[in-house]
Amino acid sequence: MSLFLFLAFVALLSALGVVLAKNPVHSVLFLILTFFTLSAHYLMLNAQFLAAVNIIVYAGAIMVLFLFVIMFLNLNQDTEPHKPMLAKVAATIAGGSLLLIMVAALHNVQPTGYDAATFDSQVGMVNRLGMVLFKQYSLPFELASILLLAAMVGSVMLGKRETGERNF
Amino acid sequence: MPLETLGWQGLVILVIFGVSLLIATYCTYAERVIAAFLQDRVGPDRAGPWGLAQPLADAVKLFTKEEFFPSGANKALFIFGPCLAMITALMSSAVIPFGSFLKFGDTVVHLQGIEINVGMLYVFGIVSLGVYGIMIGGWASNNKFSLLGAIRAASQNISYELAMGLALIAVLMMSGSLSLRDITLQQSVPGEWHFWNVVKQPLGFLIFIVCAFAETNRTPFDLPECETELVGGYHTEYSSMKMGLYLFAEYINVFVASAVMSVIYFGGFNFPFQYELQGWLHTAQGLSLDAAQNIVAILGVVSVFAKIFAFIFFFMWVRWTLPRFRYDQLMRLGWTILIPLAIFNILLTGGLITTGIIPEIKSWWLLS
Repeated sequence: MSLFLFLAFVALLSALGVVLAKNPVHSVLFLILTFFTLSAHYLMLNAQFLAAVNIIVYAGAIMVLFLFVIMFLNLNQDTEPHKPMLAKVAATIAGGSLLLIMVAALHNVQPTGYDAATFDSQVGMVNRLGMVLFKQYSLPFELASILLLAAMVGSVMLGKRETGERNF
Repeated sequence: MPLETLGWQGLVILVIFGVSLLIATYCTYAERVIAAFLQDRVGPDRAGPWGLAQPLADAVKLFTKEEFFPSGANKALFIFGPCLAMITALMSSAVIPFGSFLKFGDTVVHLQGIEINVGMLYVFGIVSLGVYGIMIGGWASNNKFSLLGAIRAASQNISYELAMGLALIAVLMMSGSLSLRDITLQQSVPGEWHFWNVVKQPLGFLIFIVCAFAETNRTPFDLPECETELVGGYHTEYSSMKMGLYLFAEYINVFVASAVMSVIYFGGFNFPFQYELQGWLHTAQGLSLDAAQNIVAILGVVSVFAKIFAFIFFFMWVRWTLPRFRYDQLMRLGWTILIPLAIFNILLTGGLITTGIIPEIKSWWLLS
């Protein structure tokens, strides 16, 4: 329990850091820390595969690209464009209504414990996940993987040298 | 887990940590000796017998040098960069099985930091984090060349991770397990001829080793620190031990990459005729079963380290033999050659498994 509280505390703190940090690079680093705490939560739920994939995909790949772009643009306080008042008001209303919806959704949730007799501790393990993905959800899984493969082939095609292109 | 076993396991983790650092230290020495050998020079021979105290002398030099902070640098991240590089490098050796197990009566000590059932994904995840140390350090230096080095490192790592992951998928299709211990045990079956994965996955191994060179930023893919174009790349502004930590992290990465390759493709702690040797020690020499098992386990540790050192030598051999690629060549190799090859390798492996040419893996250690 104390471990959960600690992790939740770090997660909330780093998530706040993403929003409050003045420097965009610090924001990205806080976001990476948030992903790490989320992965730790997955581990506590005995979902090792999800935890590892969360690190590989989000922290290891997507956030590297985020950092990459932010470093390239070299954003900082001096170059930050002045945002119009309308945008600030709109952002406040949108964020506020999201908060309202989430509070409303969580309002009626009854936290229940688990039944030790029927609880399956292996449910997050990679073998069990594979069984579910390849038996129950075979078609959606294959469609999603073909979509990803097509994206990868597309990027390879874009990177291919065209005829007459200079080779410097 | 009983407390005593837990204590032993903690000791194993400490030993792995120490050995990683020791090997990284002596890699700096080995690199110079091998460079000297390949260039027909003498190499370091002043400090201690055969220059063996050279790494200590280097450490003293690095620690006593002035710590320099470039103007306009982001001081916190400038310090954090090399630390992160070191942390991520040291974390990945935790799941690598360096030996089977030692048995003293009721106590069983697994010669592995921790055994998790997603070991391969763990290594892959930590490797993909390794680039942050370089990126953060390069950006925080407030220097164009450092930034360019950092950006090169990021795009290079992302590009080669794809091909590396696809090469590993072919191995996973055969093994049916993500645990590095399972993959090691599958490469040797008692009482029958059984080949290491490199025989079944030659193409996959080739892709993997090329990607390993790129992921560890070693020549011919050391574009992030390419001194002819970028002064020193991401560590241009670094001095003193912070610079040393970057160099150290690179050697630890080389060690871990070698260990992963030995485990996945070269049988890990297996060596030929180990079960015969164990049986012979037990029956002909009259040793107890535990003693025979312990002797074979220790020989297994020797064998995995022999494989690791062979790979480390290969890394250094290539460094002093091949020139550096151009950046566009590096990207072209990754995206238009290695990724299609890796996808072809997956199709090929799938075909061979379906037709039964590669037999289905038997988890024999679960039966006994």
